[in-house]
Amino acid sequence: MGRLTVDLCGIELDNPIIPASGTFGFGYEFAEYYDINILGTFSFKGTTKEPRFGNPLPRIAECTAGMINSVGLQNPGVHEVIAHELPRMREVLHKPVMANVGGFSPEEYAYTVSALDGEDSVGWFEINISCPNVHAGGAVTGSDCRATGEVVGAVRAVTKKPVIVKLSPNVTDIAEIARAAEAAGADGISLINTLLGMRIDLRRKKPVIANVMGGFSGPAVFPVALRCVYQVGRAVDLPVVGMGGVSSAEDVIEMMLAGATAVGVGAANLRDPYACRDIIEALPAALDKYGINEIKDIIGGA
Amino acid sequence: MVKTVYTVAGNERIARDVYKMELCGDTSMITAPGQFINIALGGRYLRRPISVHDASGDALTIIYKVVGGGTEDMSRMAKGTRLDVLSGLGNGFDTSVSGDTPLLLGGGLGAAPMYMLAKKLTAEGKRVSAVYGFASADDVFGVDELRSLGVDTAVATVDGTAGVRGFVTDGVPETYTYAYSCGPEPMMKAVYKKIKTGGQFSFEARMGCGFGACLGCSCRTVTGYKRICRDGPVLTKEEILWEG
Repeated sequence: MGRLTVDLCGIELDNPIIPASGTFGFGYEFAEYYDINILGTFSFKGTTKEPRFGNPLPRIAECTAGMINSVGLQNPGVHEVIAHELPRMREVLHKPVMANVGGFSPEEYAYTVSALDGEDSVGWFEINISCPNVHAGGAVTGSDCRATGEVVGAVRAVTKKPVIVKLSPNVTDIAEIARAAEAAGADGISLINTLLGMRIDLRRKKPVIANVMGGFSGPAVFPVALRCVYQVGRAVDLPVVGMGGVSSAEDVIEMMLAGATAVGVGAANLRDPYACRDIIEALPAALDKYGINEIKDIIGGA
Repeated sequence: MVKTVYTVAGNERIARDVYKMELCGDTSMITAPGQFINIALGGRYLRRPISVHDASGDALTIIYKVVGGGTEDMSRMAKGTRLDVLSGLGNGFDTSVSGDTPLLLGGGLGAAPMYMLAKKLTAEGKRVSAVYGFASADDVFGVDELRSLGVDTAVATVDGTAGVRGFVTDGVPETYTYAYSCGPEPMMKAVYKKIKTGGQFSFEARMGCGFGACLGCSCRTVTGYKRICRDGPVLTKEEILWEG
């Protein structure tokens, strides 16, 4: 037990840092830069039942202190992930991974979770009901309590592993969605997915993103994410993985004070492949600076 | 692929809105012409991916065009500025398949990576010819340095103010063993149709990370999905699927 250790749904993490799904692939690009076993864990690239190419290019737009992505859940499909990605991932990650799962119906989510359930390397499921890039106009399952309950219930029925539900900030009342996930049997909540945004190319006078809109992330969204984590942390009796714009050890401490048990790091990995390593290395000194002994003691302390 | 620091050793305008920046630092990760570096700029969230114009020892040069705020910042960088850079990105051109008389086709900024490619090909004892295409005489760069390598270089401009009037494809010689191309997509499409040999094409895309993690620059190819940043930017003629 180090001073950075936290417990996430019954599995101990060496530290609370979890690279967020979609910014870390299956880990091996980053393993070329550093030993990724220093991470708490990571959430692998969102996986669906069928292979998906995703959205047309351009998929990326820069913003002030952030970026928009419109990847659209590109992935090779769950069977290819199991056959080729996970064996390669296991060569570089020697601890449980978080399996991020997307889908288009409760049955599809259940199918994918069921297929991954037998993989020993999967420690947790993160159920993505909040991708803004796969339906017209950015609509998400996670904007409706009933649809949220149906997906979570279907997944709950096919796995005994911890089910963490990833929520969208693009809703009227995020606490209400979190409560629906809890009632349907979720073991944890992660948030926030990206904010729906857009940019316009002034030379072409047209949207930068081919799909017009995309998911906005990066340091600019941190205050919104922090607020959502605070609200959800008080609404449910479940551990929360807080994410959205986290870029420093100080941001991690803020997220945990707001109610996060573990902290996701997303866009920062794309700007700097060493972002998570640098945050983990900076954490002990940051804890000292703010008079914190063990990081788990500050969860929800604000 | 490595994260490193490059120091600006020179930065000068060489054509309309086009600058050549000399950088000093470890270039050992640049293993093929056609690779790129990804530069972090203060106050800009995403890095700027720029192709390598030349690299050897501690010296690396890039040629870039001012197209927005980020490249405008770059154009004002003074000697001694330290840059946080991811170096040695992308696959680069494969010269082993070029045959004895390869042809280089560069359109606009696409001429930038051709210099290092020409250097490698001529060092391998090949007789290289090239066609560079630009919009107008004010946009022309890189021709003299290519000729100094002994490359038979033709120039085409759309308005005829330099070289022959027309496009890169109007300057393609009768015989060549292989074609290497970099430039705007319409130009590369025309090259793809025109050439009678095999070839390699270097693509450009808006990138998130530049090292294969975010899937922001994926494209379909004959051999499956490829990330332009990681599996490219160079694709072979046989694997390209043109979209749109």
